[in-house]
Amino acid sequence: MLDGTYPGAVSPHREYVLDAGGVGIAVHEWGPEAADPLFLVHGGFDFARTYDVFAPKLAAAGWRVVAWDQRGHGDSEHATLYSWDGDLRDAMAVMDSVTQRPAPVVGHSKGGALMINLADAQPFRFTHLVNLDGIPYKRAIPDMSEHERTRMVASEVTGWLDHRRSTATSKRKPGTLEELAARRGRMNPRLSPEWLCHLVSVGGFESDDGWRWKIDPSMRFGGFGPWRPEWTIARLPGLAMPFLGILGRVQEPMGWGTLPHQVTRYIPVDGRCEVLDDVGHFVHIEQPDLVAAMVLDFLGGAA
Amino acid sequence: MIPVMLTHNRVQLALHQLQDGPGRPLLMLHGLGEESPTSLPSWATEWAGPVHALDFTGHGMSTLPAGGGYSAEILLADADAALAHLGEVTVVGRGLGAYVALMLAGARATQVRGAVLCDGPGLAGGAVGPTSQSFVILPPRDSAPDPYALLELSRDLRPPDYATLFVRLALEGSGLDEPIAVAAVVRPPWLTAVADEIGVTTAPTIAEGLALYADPLQG
Repeated sequence: MLDGTYPGAVSPHREYVLDAGGVGIAVHEWGPEAADPLFLVHGGFDFARTYDVFAPKLAAAGWRVVAWDQRGHGDSEHATLYSWDGDLRDAMAVMDSVTQRPAPVVGHSKGGALMINLADAQPFRFTHLVNLDGIPYKRAIPDMSEHERTRMVASEVTGWLDHRRSTATSKRKPGTLEELAARRGRMNPRLSPEWLCHLVSVGGFESDDGWRWKIDPSMRFGGFGPWRPEWTIARLPGLAMPFLGILGRVQEPMGWGTLPHQVTRYIPVDGRCEVLDDVGHFVHIEQPDLVAAMVLDFLGGAA
Repeated sequence: MIPVMLTHNRVQLALHQLQDGPGRPLLMLHGLGEESPTSLPSWATEWAGPVHALDFTGHGMSTLPAGGGYSAEILLADADAALAHLGEVTVVGRGLGAYVALMLAGARATQVRGAVLCDGPGLAGGAVGPTSQSFVILPPRDSAPDPYALLELSRDLRPPDYATLFVRLALEGSGLDEPIAVAAVVRPPWLTAVADEIGVTTAPTIAEGLALYADPLQG
């Protein structure tokens, strides 16, 4: 039986809740408090403690590593509303609470896309930007008739509205630690059962009828709206801070589906993008030593 | 009159009844920064059925959430909560409410018998594509309207081809030849595109727009 312990995983050295405009944001830190800060931003349906192995490696090199659970995720408050702008404001609140100076930022998946947006809108916050498999590109649109596409959208919209009608009373489905790990494993087929059990042990909670993920049950994977992925990548070429992108070549359900050749022309001047073969969307979990070494080399050591 | 409070996730929405009567209800959606009127507007006096008006999240007597996070889609779900309570409706929206009325007519096409889109605050919305807009943290306010609602819903992205998608959904699902009536004088890009679609008619006045969808049994 797996108990959630995982080799190399280190609990944060400091954990606290920040009041971000009335929403409680859980902050998790590794490394000395007096050291220079480095921010880690998690992806959608993830949480800060997915960095339990990766963050300590950066902290060991002398950084104060600061990660937070986005609203509704992990130990942060289940908010009334969720949006891209809301996530960015929460990020600003955390950054402002830690430092008034620019700092390096590492973002994974949706967290990487959020930070491309913030780096474009507020470059003064960034000394460096690292993007871990988090560069959105155009969605692959299936070949179908206009009528079929309308039907597909209708199904998405009504499905989402039906979901909203039920969220006031909905709860996440309970199960054993192993069952929750197995469910997550369907979205993360490349991650080991041991790691997935660790994720449940820190991203879930246990009550009388079993374990549940902490994430707000009103949140739903997917959705619809006017936003298009290519609007984020269009912000990338103009970034002036040093940029490192790390893509996993193997496609997975939770990734953006972006292929290396699609990114090349958008990489900022003097930026670079590395591609890891036989690695999936969670580059920092599959290859924590390699990716930490790449990030530390890119940063050139703590300032 | 004391409104009915509807639950939408963690929000309590105030649904005001402005008129009683037989037949299909008229659902009114207010503009950005507004709230439901306290009496029947002059343009709605010919409506024979009941008339209800919804306060969106962060507006009027509905919940003011902390930390913002608004989108037109969330307001669509607000309107859908009213639809779940009222059953089949005709919907009329001012400004931002016009955009939401369009979305509701498409998203719940079988339950919306016509949408009338009118001028009002928040009609234009934001850009039609990516912008250079920055992000700001606003001080909290304990009375409506929520400043984050004003900020976020004044710049929500409204690509014309996204708006016209809801026209096609309405046309396909409603059984009406013209499920959308544009009574607005001002036509921002999304509404210009909507007005050009098959299934959309123009109404010279709001009252004439409503008359298109009045239940003959009410007359």
